[in-house]
Amino acid sequence: MKQFQYTRPSTQQMALDAISKPGAKIIAGGTNLVDLMKRGVTAPDKLVDINHLPLKNITPTHTGLHIGSLALNSVVSENELVLQKFPLLSMALKAGASPQLRNMATVGGNMMQRTRCTYFYDTTMPCNKREPGTGCGAMEGFNRMHAIFGTSNQCIAVNPSDMCVGLAALDAVVIIAGRKGERRIPFTEFHRLPEDHPEIDNHLAKDELIIGVEIPDNNFAKNSYYLKVRDRQSYAFALVSVAAALDIDNGVIKKARLAMGGVAHKPWRLFDAEKWLIGKPISEENFKQAAQMAMAGAKGYEYNSFKLNLAPATINEALKHAAGLV
Amino acid sequence: MKDSAINKEGLSRIDGRLKVTGAARYSAEYTPAGMVYGVLVGSTITKGSIRSIDTKAAEKAPGVLAVISHFNCPKIPGYQIASTEAGKPEPKGTYKLFYNNKILFNGQPIAVVVADTFERALFAATLVKAQYTSQAYQTSLKNNTASAFAAGENGESKRGTVAAWKTAPVKLEQEYVIPSEVHNPMELHSIIAHWDAEDKLTVWDKTQGVKDTQDGIANIFKIPKENIQVNSKFVGGAFGSALQVWPHEVAAIIAARVVKRPVKLMLGRADMFTSVGYRPHTWQKIGIGATEDGKLVGISHEAIGQTSTYEDFNEEPVSVSRSTYACPNVNTNYKLTALDIGSPTWMRGPGEATGAFALESALDELSYALNIDPIELRLKNYAETDPESGKPFSSKYLNEAYKMGADHIGWTDRSPKPASVTKDGWLIGYGMGGGMFGAYRDQATCRAVMIADGTLLLQTAVSDIGPGTGTAMVSIAAEIMDIPAGKIRFEMGDSSLPYAPSQGGSSITATVGSAVNDACKELKEKFSQLAGNTETPDYTKILKDHNLSKLEVTTASKGGDNMNKYAMYSWSVHFVKVCVHPTTGVVKVDKVVCVADSGHIVSPKTARSQIVGGAIGGIGMALMEEVIIDHRYGKLVNNNFADYHIPVNADIPQIEALFINKPDPYINPMGAKGMGEIALIGMAGAVANAVYNATGKRIRQLPITPDKLIGINQSAMVNGS
Ligand SMILES: Cc1cc2nc3c(=O)[nH]c(=O)nc-3n(C[C@H](O)[C@H](O)[C@H](O)COP(=O)(O)OP(=O)(O)OC[C@H]3O[C@@H](n4cnc5c(N)ncnc54)[C@H](O)[C@@H]3O)c2cc1C
Repeated sequence: MKQFQYTRPSTQQMALDAISKPGAKIIAGGTNLVDLMKRGVTAPDKLVDINHLPLKNITPTHTGLHIGSLALNSVVSENELVLQKFPLLSMALKAGASPQLRNMATVGGNMMQRTRCTYFYDTTMPCNKREPGTGCGAMEGFNRMHAIFGTSNQCIAVNPSDMCVGLAALDAVVIIAGRKGERRIPFTEFHRLPEDHPEIDNHLAKDELIIGVEIPDNNFAKNSYYLKVRDRQSYAFALVSVAAALDIDNGVIKKARLAMGGVAHKPWRLFDAEKWLIGKPISEENFKQAAQMAMAGAKGYEYNSFKLNLAPATINEALKHAAGLV
Repeated sequence: MKDSAINKEGLSRIDGRLKVTGAARYSAEYTPAGMVYGVLVGSTITKGSIRSIDTKAAEKAPGVLAVISHFNCPKIPGYQIASTEAGKPEPKGTYKLFYNNKILFNGQPIAVVVADTFERALFAATLVKAQYTSQAYQTSLKNNTASAFAAGENGESKRGTVAAWKTAPVKLEQEYVIPSEVHNPMELHSIIAHWDAEDKLTVWDKTQGVKDTQDGIANIFKIPKENIQVNSKFVGGAFGSALQVWPHEVAAIIAARVVKRPVKLMLGRADMFTSVGYRPHTWQKIGIGATEDGKLVGISHEAIGQTSTYEDFNEEPVSVSRSTYACPNVNTNYKLTALDIGSPTWMRGPGEATGAFALESALDELSYALNIDPIELRLKNYAETDPESGKPFSSKYLNEAYKMGADHIGWTDRSPKPASVTKDGWLIGYGMGGGMFGAYRDQATCRAVMIADGTLLLQTAVSDIGPGTGTAMVSIAAEIMDIPAGKIRFEMGDSSLPYAPSQGGSSITATVGSAVNDACKELKEKFSQLAGNTETPDYTKILKDHNLSKLEVTTASKGGDNMNKYAMYSWSVHFVKVCVHPTTGVVKVDKVVCVADSGHIVSPKTARSQIVGGAIGGIGMALMEEVIIDHRYGKLVNNNFADYHIPVNADIPQIEALFINKPDPYINPMGAKGMGEIALIGMAGAVANAVYNATGKRIRQLPITPDKLIGINQSAMVNGS
């Protein structure tokens, strides 16, 4: 039987040392990692349990809100500051998984969760993400849940997270600790597209630790909405989800933020549509046009072409909700 | 002395406390001394043969006691007999474990690994590597309908003129498809097998019938059935998946023989999708025609269902069209397509649930074509006698059920024009669909023992897969004996007890209930004779007066002539209100009303829970359940509960379960008919019909997921309000 070590560092430095060893892997809530270990997708030699590090805090900074990487998804979604400043994040979190899972899942773990592509999970199937060079089972297989943006000929998997869609829309910044110190990267640049290396989900180095995310203050609280379309009302991953945030002045859009889930290998920000919406009055016509614009470059596969229609419909619907038109 | 609670709301589950506190012991929760663990190894190819199996690494792994495959499996006598007729092709039948080197489906068990702990067995199982010779295979029903063959003797039938529907002034012909669905009860299938002696076996097994399992094992291992003790005290759901002896049960029994220790074998969740059957993927086509005023002229109903290459599974989905409505001309045709997938099996509402989806959808389509209310259309074609046999019904109050359900759902709020009602940005629709299922009464025996302290012991070998059989039986006995339910102990799930059939076909309350009824009456009569009066006897006093420690009867019970004189059915009608989002295609079930015409309701609380469970199953069937196979590999890609969707609480609104509650005068002394199947049958059609009413979009291929509704509703919105 595959044996593995388990350590529980009490300081960040110890954690960083531990994860720099070959075969070491961080475990936080374990809701994704343990599943992957059970299915044989990953087999770490050493689990570094970071749950005892002081990274659970949710604290205001002078420019926004800092959320520690070990803050639980359930705690963040109910946090008063989050609800008051960034209700979009709370909505996105509550749209994910189930209360039981959210009670275990952490912010860092959520960011690092791997795709739910069935070919990735089934070790008897080809998958370039799990085993580079074996091919992509989904490309010509059952790809109903798969990406329509930013795919490569190696991989069409999607990032399954809801929280990340909210954070991408809110211009969050990821704070990362490494042995050489801290660095910060914009949330939208944390995850990556598959290109020729689908086995790499994001830009976190193996010996780095996410310590938190920071969300800058904004004026979106009044007019934001997370809409998730799924096959059942709870406990299902998104077919398509949209995080929409608007800063509206007198019926005119001053700023807009839009991100989509369930459509790409990373939370998919709709920068062009956002830009186009600036200065436009809130109206279904404008929302529909923005939604169409957002679809540029989308490409469907055998079973997921419906997303080409569902995605703009969901963008429009989310914007209507955010603008108070529904 | 009467327990008034029984008569008003009905008895609460007698095992409810045990179940919610975890005190109820299911088949996997026994630990006979020396027990070890078996884990199956599944084939990674879909069709072909095994060239070799490398078991060395597994055998060397820590804790491993044995690795058994067809190479070293002790001969299974029941298999040999079937195949000794030399020269003849192997007869079709249930799958034979470790029988030869043939691979008939992906995941087929090719070996069992036995080890001292479950984890070690599980790990060692991953070390077993087989070499195969692969052959081309077929797993797609759609691509193989051309090779379909007649399903048994009843493959084809006709009443009146074939294809008469085509001559009708108003007619339509449509195809309806259901994917295969899995039972996947919460409790995983599990068996513990223990050879007490060379030809004596005890099993703790998840089964819907301890007596049938006893017979099944006796046939496979050719030992006297009296030597086999089958225990199945609690069953955490089955829905038809535990009506036969499956390969994993055989594997555990063989393994226990080989390692000479008790072996426990519990399937994993993924195995539950491929190892214990499923509802077969079925294509159907219905042609239906009526006169302008809505009288049915004819129905033609074709079906092609999937089966395996080694067994013909025949569930007759087309029979609903012959017996549900009064229609002079009905022709049906049912075929099977053999695919390289394991066999399907009975699943709640077998055949009828599939057929009723097509028939109830077609009737709904016809109602719009005729511009007649769907209930009125059904009443216009109401069968007063059994259309198939011409016999009178033993009882039928379906017309009252239509009315009751329509009142409760608020049917008058339904617009006959599809896609014409919106509320808060959602399209609103109403639909209904009916179900029917034969009301059966089999034979059963019950032992009733009155003990000196006033405890009544009832014993019969039935299993309770969850509907609350024990509760229903205690309710019947309490009523007859006129004693509090708390004084009654019901013992079951043990093959040494008097005979009862398997729990299936919605027949247990009618069958075992009759045995309980008859035994109690006989026992009471015995007391009356002893005491010399016919009043309600004082049991403890009489026993004391006569210096008896107990008084008992063992009573066999079965139906009489009436079973042949009358056509016996249970009926249901389901009413559904849905909200459909016009642009995202999301369907929310907003309200459900189910009315059952299933005779006298013996146990109201558990009856309600049966109906609610069936309705939820029907919502799952309508909106989410679908087994998906990647035909390039012949393998399931959604064999887990994250990807195979069943409803969660958020999907289910309040469900009103209503009962006609009028006794059937002929079926049995209680006047009770079955309701397990009718709770589900017709529900998927009702949901699909409501979705059509909401959107104007007819979905004929289940499940109705958002992608099937997306993009079409812009026009619906324009047509609508
Ligand atoms: C049935 C099911 C349904 C689900 N549905 C949804 C859904 O609808 N929407 C949704 O968004 N999610 C869903 N999830 C996923 C869930 O959100 C994730 O499993 C969870 O967020 C992971 O967090 P965790 O703390 O448990 O991570 P873990 O499992 O502990 O870790 C996951 C990964 O993150 C790494 N990691 C953890 N913390 C850090 C850190 N601080 N720094 C660097 N690396 C780190 C680990 O090494 C590991 O690789 C579902 C999960 C399940 C099992």
